Parts: sequence; C-alpha cells; structure tokens
Amino acid sequence: MEKTTTFTVPDKPVNITNEQVIVVEHLRKSFGEKVVLNDFNLIVEKGESMVVMGKSGIGKTVLIKCIIGLLKPDGGSLKVFGKDISTLSRRDLDLLRLNIGFVFQSSALYDSMSIRQNLEFPLRRQKIKPVKGDIDKLVRESLKSVGLENTIDLMPSELSGGMRKRIGIARSLILKPEIVLYDEPTTGLDPITSKEIINLIMELQHQSNTTSIIITHDVGLAKEASNHIVFVMDGIAYLQGTYDEVVKTKDPRVKPFFE
Amino acid sequence: MSKQNTAKKAYLSKTLDPFFESAAQLASFGWRSVREAVYPPFEFQETFRQCYIIGVNSLPLVGFTGLILGLVLVLQSQPTLVEFGAGSYLPAMSSISIIREVGPLVTALICAGKIGSGISAEIGSMKVTEQIDAMEVSGTNPFKFLVATRIMACMLMVPILCIYADLLALMGAFLGSNINGTVNFSFFFNRVFEALHFTDIFPSFIKTFIFGFAIGLVGCTKGYNSQNGTEGVGMSANESVVVSMLSVIVIDMVVTQISGMLGYI
Repeated sequence: MEKTTTFTVPDKPVNITNEQVIVVEHLRKSFGEKVVLNDFNLIVEKGESMVVMGKSGIGKTVLIKCIIGLLKPDGGSLKVFGKDISTLSRRDLDLLRLNIGFVFQSSALYDSMSIRQNLEFPLRRQKIKPVKGDIDKLVRESLKSVGLENTIDLMPSELSGGMRKRIGIARSLILKPEIVLYDEPTTGLDPITSKEIINLIMELQHQSNTTSIIITHDVGLAKEASNHIVFVMDGIAYLQGTYDEVVKTKDPRVKPFFE
Repeated sequence: MSKQNTAKKAYLSKTLDPFFESAAQLASFGWRSVREAVYPPFEFQETFRQCYIIGVNSLPLVGFTGLILGLVLVLQSQPTLVEFGAGSYLPAMSSISIIREVGPLVTALICAGKIGSGISAEIGSMKVTEQIDAMEVSGTNPFKFLVATRIMACMLMVPILCIYADLLALMGAFLGSNINGTVNFSFFFNRVFEALHFTDIFPSFIKTFIFGFAIGLVGCTKGYNSQNGTEGVGMSANESVVVSMLSVIVIDMVVTQISGMLGYI
C-alpha cells in the first residue's frame, strides 16, 4: 500500500470482496453519428476504488451516466447490484439510486436553495423509502464530515469552488450510498484545494468503505485514490491495471498522459 | 430541372424540419406533463410555490398595464363616439372590448414575456448546470417536479391575472371617461354590467386557461431542451417568448372562431 510523502492521506480502502457490484458488458452508446462507447466492458467489485482516465470527450462521463441511468445505452448490458439498469421501472431505478451517490463535475448545487435545503432535498424527497430520524441532525453531521458546518444557511453562490465541491460530495453521501460515482472531482480547483478534496474522498471512502468510480484527469488523484485504473480510448477499456502498472506502460497513446 | 427540384426540397426540408420538430417536441411535452400532473405522487407544495412566484410577482406589471390599457382605450375612442352621438355607449363598448379580447390577450402576452422567459431561463440554467440530473439521481422525477408544477401554476394563475387586469382596465376606462368629470362611478359600472353577458365572459375565461397552458408548456419545453451552456439558455428564453406569444395569438384566433361557431359572439 503506497503512501505519499508530500501530504498525508488515509489508507486506501482494502476491504475489496469478489462481489461484483457493477458489471458492464459490450456497452454501446452513440450520439448521432458519434460513437462514444463501443463494446465497453468493465467489472467493479465491492469496496473497490476505480479511477477512470482518458482524454476529454472520450466517454468517461457517459459511462457513469449510463451506470446511474441518466443515459440509456444503445446496446450491451449494464448491471448494478445484479439488476439490469435498462430494464428497470422508474420506481425500481429510483430505489436502486438510493444506493448510488453521484458527485457532479459542476457540483450541481440547486442555486435557488440554501445549503441546508440542498442537503435536505434528497432526504425529504424519498417517497419510496422515507428517511427515518432527525433530518436536521443528518444534515449537520453530513456538513461536519466535509468540514463546512458554518455554511448551513448560506446560498451556493456565496461559496468558493472547493466549498461547492465539498457540499456536492456531502449531498451525494447523505443517503449513505454503497457506490459513489465522482465526475472529475478536482477539475478547476487549485492544487491545494484539489489535495483537500482528494483527502476528503479518501477519508470518506475509508470511513464508509464505499465502492467508488472516479473520473479524473488528475494523475495525483489517480495515484492516491485508486486500487484499479481503467484507461478509456476508442470507446473501450483500452488499458487496465494498478497505478504502478499503468504508469509504467510503454504504449505511446497512454504514456504521455502520465508524463 | 431535377437539380433545381432537389435544391428546392432541401430548402423546404431545412425550413420546415425545425418547425415540425419543435411542434412534435411541444406535443410530446404537453402529453407527458398532463400525465405527470394527474398521476400521484402530487407535488402540491411546489405547485403552490410556483403559483406564488408566477402570480404574485406579476401583479404589479399586469395591474399597471391593465389600468393604462383601459384608460387609453377610452381616451382614444371617446372623441369618435361623441362625434357620432354615441358617447353613452362608451362604458358598454370599452367593457366588452376589455373583457372579451383586449384584457386577456394583453395579459397573456405580458405573461408570455415575463413568465415564459423566466421559466425557460430557470429550467434552462438548471439543465446546463446538471441540476436536473442531480434532481433525478436524488430520486425525484424532474419532469413532475419542475415541468408539471409550472404548467399547472400557469394554468391557475394566468386566468386570475387576466381577471385582475380586466378589473383594473375597467377602472382605467372609468378614469378615462371621467377625466372631464362628467361620468359618475355607479352610472359607469351599471352600464358596464348591463352590457356584459355570460357569453362575453365565459369564452374569454376559458381562453385564459389555454393561454396559461401554452405559456407554461412552451417555457418548460424550451428550457428543458436547452443546450450549449449559457448562450443556449439565452436562446431558449428568447425562443420561448417568441413561440409563446405566437401561440397566444393563434389560440386567441382559434378560440374566437370556435366561440363564433358556438354562438358566443
């Protein structure tokens, strides 16, 4: 288990089991003439922290949006907890989504709501499986876990980019999901804030032992947070392995990414 | 010759395709919003919140416009009516014009500009900043929560705003006819209510529901289909105003024709 010498981060999650929580087989997705994913295959095991890398516009975000059912695949199969996403009813999909957190690239905080209302939203909206317990307490605990208790009554426009990311993470984790999908969590942040976000992700993963898929271009994040790296290219999982394996590749199409 | 035909067909297709695509999109959105609105779970709280935002915030603009509209209508028509010795018909003429046509139409056009663009811009910016996706992954049906509630709120509030504008326009008409200090308040409104019949009020009231539906539907459809970042949001807001204003005018024409065929004119 590798640790950085420049800044302290919690250990990577180690409780990986052989239980396959996400199985992607021969996934295809196109937008008009443009084929984004073509025969894409991927298996994510429980407790794993998988980093998905690749050039911009290659289909990384499309992949996780297919996993959570925001985009419908054109072909292939995509199973989460053994359930085929494309065949689920609206209700079953909502039920499944209770177990999946999604951290958006833009944080996607609701502009018209305060931070409290942003965090309360997923809790209050659960009609299928209403949340039991004190919602205010849950919101405060969640804010505390990302170190932003004092922002509870602020509006998203009053926060910095890094704070918005943290609140986005807190909102995604408030329902205590088993899988968390991070879409470029450190993009657009300065190096110090990026490191804070990396530490936060690691810490939260360590605490709750979630399964994570992290989309990123940030080699630092890939190094710190990954058990497994998948390099996406030409619509397929072009290269897979641990960070050390991938970084040593001699493939001329991948090598420049890590230089 | 065949090259010319191909070029003509291509031109026609380029011109008409976006129109039919837009019409199909509106029809599909309309159908889905009706379905989402009638099937539980119902979003009462959000619908009432939208009613407040759409209705209460539009009161000053709609009210002021109505007042000025009635005033100007009377000031413009009074000299002609007096010249023909028909000055006493002023309350009846102005009230029928206001209730039947001018009040609902002008109020709906104002709402198309104010409410339609607001809805489109709000939903559009939520779309491009992934807030709608965030809502969806939180287990909320964004179509029900954002679209159905706003269309319902428009259908409820546009008729109320029209009634409010009509009342203020009648007050404006009274002020206009009373500028020279010759018309008594009770006399004016007695003549107004004598002139108005159920057949004047009913079609006009029904029309305002359809205006509300069209304004809400166009605003939501354009906003929900916003693309290409903030520029796209601006374009959708703009398109929303243009399409909803055109829809209001077309609906007005159709409803007037149908009212005439049913003997309401």
